[in-house]
Amino acid sequence: MRVLMFGWELPPFNSGGLGEACYRLTKALVAKGVGITFVLPKRQDINLDFMNVIFADLPEVGEAYTICCESDTKGRKPVSMTDAAVMYAQKASLIATKYPHDVIHSHDWFTYPAGIAAKRVSGKPFIAHIHSSEYDRTGGNGANKQVWEFERMGLLEADRVIANSKYMKGIVVREYGVDPGKIDVVYNAVDRESVKPKGEVSLGLEKLKEIGYKIVLFLGRITLQKGPEYFLLAAKKVLEADSKFVFVVVGNGDMYEKMIMDSARFGIAKNVIFAGFLRGEQRNKVIDICDVYVMPSVSEPFGITALEAASLGKVVIISKQSGVSEVLKGALKVDFWDTDEMANKILASLRYKPLAGLISKIARSDVDRLTWEVSADKCINVYKSLES
Amino acid sequence: MGAICFYFQVHQPSRIKKYRVFDIGRDHVYFDDSSSDNTNNKEVFLKVSKKCYLPTNELILRLLQRYKGFKIAYSFSGIFLEQAEHYSAEVLDSFRKLIDTGRVELLSETYYHSLSFFYSKKEFEKQVDLHNDIINKLFGTNTQVFRNTELAYTNELAQWAENKGFKGILAEGWDPILGWRSPNYVYSPKGTKKIKLLLKNYKLSDDVAFRFSDRSWVEWPLTVQKYASWLSETEKDAQTINLFMDYETFGEHQWEDTGIFSFLNAFPQEVLKNKELYFATPDEVVTKFRSVGEVDVPNVLTWADTERDLSAWVGNDIQNSAIVTLYGLQDRIFETGDKEIISDWRKLTTSDHFYYMCTKWFNDGDVHQYFNPYDSPYDAYINFMNILSDLTLRLETTRGGENNARK
Repeated sequence: MRVLMFGWELPPFNSGGLGEACYRLTKALVAKGVGITFVLPKRQDINLDFMNVIFADLPEVGEAYTICCESDTKGRKPVSMTDAAVMYAQKASLIATKYPHDVIHSHDWFTYPAGIAAKRVSGKPFIAHIHSSEYDRTGGNGANKQVWEFERMGLLEADRVIANSKYMKGIVVREYGVDPGKIDVVYNAVDRESVKPKGEVSLGLEKLKEIGYKIVLFLGRITLQKGPEYFLLAAKKVLEADSKFVFVVVGNGDMYEKMIMDSARFGIAKNVIFAGFLRGEQRNKVIDICDVYVMPSVSEPFGITALEAASLGKVVIISKQSGVSEVLKGALKVDFWDTDEMANKILASLRYKPLAGLISKIARSDVDRLTWEVSADKCINVYKSLES
Repeated sequence: MGAICFYFQVHQPSRIKKYRVFDIGRDHVYFDDSSSDNTNNKEVFLKVSKKCYLPTNELILRLLQRYKGFKIAYSFSGIFLEQAEHYSAEVLDSFRKLIDTGRVELLSETYYHSLSFFYSKKEFEKQVDLHNDIINKLFGTNTQVFRNTELAYTNELAQWAENKGFKGILAEGWDPILGWRSPNYVYSPKGTKKIKLLLKNYKLSDDVAFRFSDRSWVEWPLTVQKYASWLSETEKDAQTINLFMDYETFGEHQWEDTGIFSFLNAFPQEVLKNKELYFATPDEVVTKFRSVGEVDVPNVLTWADTERDLSAWVGNDIQNSAIVTLYGLQDRIFETGDKEIISDWRKLTTSDHFYYMCTKWFNDGDVHQYFNPYDSPYDAYINFMNILSDLTLRLETTRGGENNARK
């Protein structure tokens, strides 16, 4: 089985979960005997021993998902995201003739035109894998029409669609009009070893813990989709009840400045730390040091960070509007807008010790069940269903 | 073949409302939820009354009038009767009419439908007394046979019941306890002299209570003719077939459209076609028959789940933490002498609160989740612990009947 796979990023040059998911999934697929040619839009210093990574040699392009509304289309980048996706597709036709394959597998909208173009050339079946949709990123309001159209076209043209949760599948059916019969759900997984901090990285948060502060973590893009403002509202309520809390916000995004202003406006600035974007060991360390990880996403197709935090035994509070809540039973769940309840659960999970113990015990067995091997097997089943 | 001995459990807990950390110290009303949530006890009570209590009572009354040999027994939790008094005199009256026929026996249990026997004998005895009082007050009758919450049973409980003068006690007829023996006979609990033990025939009981509407069951649909033929197939010299189930089976667990009411309606007539079968109440059965042997139950036996133990209520760490914390407050609760504090604490002893915290259903059956008014077992626990925190605060501000914390 030879797969021609179109991605946008791979670690360490990734801006978020997409690159990580592609990396882990391909590794597990290769271990099961699948041959993968992985295409990236621009040349980067990436050399993997398990699969062939090739580059479409586009000029400087933006990070994945860098547009999420109309005005972003002509961004700071030399080429807009949508133009880049079209250029990617032009290159993809050539790549498809050069690299023999049995199936084409594309990850999210910016690689769908490339997947479709490759299919036009080789005539092989095309799979549109959807990790995140414009609907999630914009909360359904002010979606970029062009992006939406790329997504819709990719999903409708695809021979099969892989959604990373039932929640995502529901959106694809409801918002994009895709036949539910051609959608398979393949959950993401977590590799506990890759999250466990190894080195001696210090973040300066250790001291706060020593003097009795509890640390509550937000980790994700600081954009509307991820619900950072609900995190701050909950923080305010927690701090009104108990001042020995520090709220750490990790990530970047278009709402970064607003969040800083809001924390000052709420009078909680001294208990909120904005740590910026962290990767690698620092990222793992910040998850490991927190007491509670909160994912207040407005719409979260999956939410792999929740799984990572759970794999480190953390109490995880996730919004019900997320895919990960389908598989993570060892987690507290809230509606993203219910900041009273979010604050209640943050406080209760630390106040009533047996709860944290039970949650992490149940989460451990959830995490054990969710492996990339299982995800890879499901992808292989999708490939096989298209073989004949 | 012998007696058909029906006992129906009638119970509704006083569910606690959504109660957050921020409510601690500010709100001392735990049970009277007037929201549209599933924790609104009045709404739940009226809903179940409409679906189950009223139509089933009406049907049972007709059957009692039509078939002079028809007899049944009920066990009401005190907390159910208390809610009936508050929310629906109609329900209470409809039960009275049944009891007035003289062919309905009432059983004894704890007022608060609690597991207090295993946590505080003193409180347990008090709750049995309170139950006795309300049965007396509302129905002017006494009880002869004891059944503990969730049918939770041990030798020790039987010995207690004997000392209290009960003639009989109920338990689950679980194969690992009985071995080769059948549940369709009267037994003696180990370590007792006079009291008799009635064992639930769980196969025949659950055919109605759980499987009646299960379309994946090979016996579906269960006709009354088929069921009566199974009753006739029991041992030739069987003394009693004990059919114990929740009363809410009729109309609430098995909805009307499953045909459960037609089944019940045709039941006495179909059973009485067999001249060797007749109806009897638990007291009649233990009075009539001698024990055929001794049954030894050293560890707690209940009627729940495949384990038949207390794991549905105290099987995980949060359940244990909640119940231990609750009973840990007992002495201080009574020291206050404050009626409201004592009543609130007692309402928290109801077993359902701990059942809602069960995490077993994450893996297997969803029976637990169906009855759970909370989003998750964690939510149930957080709510419960927040309320215990408030109750503890009230203890600190209340000394010897003087209550400063009251709103």
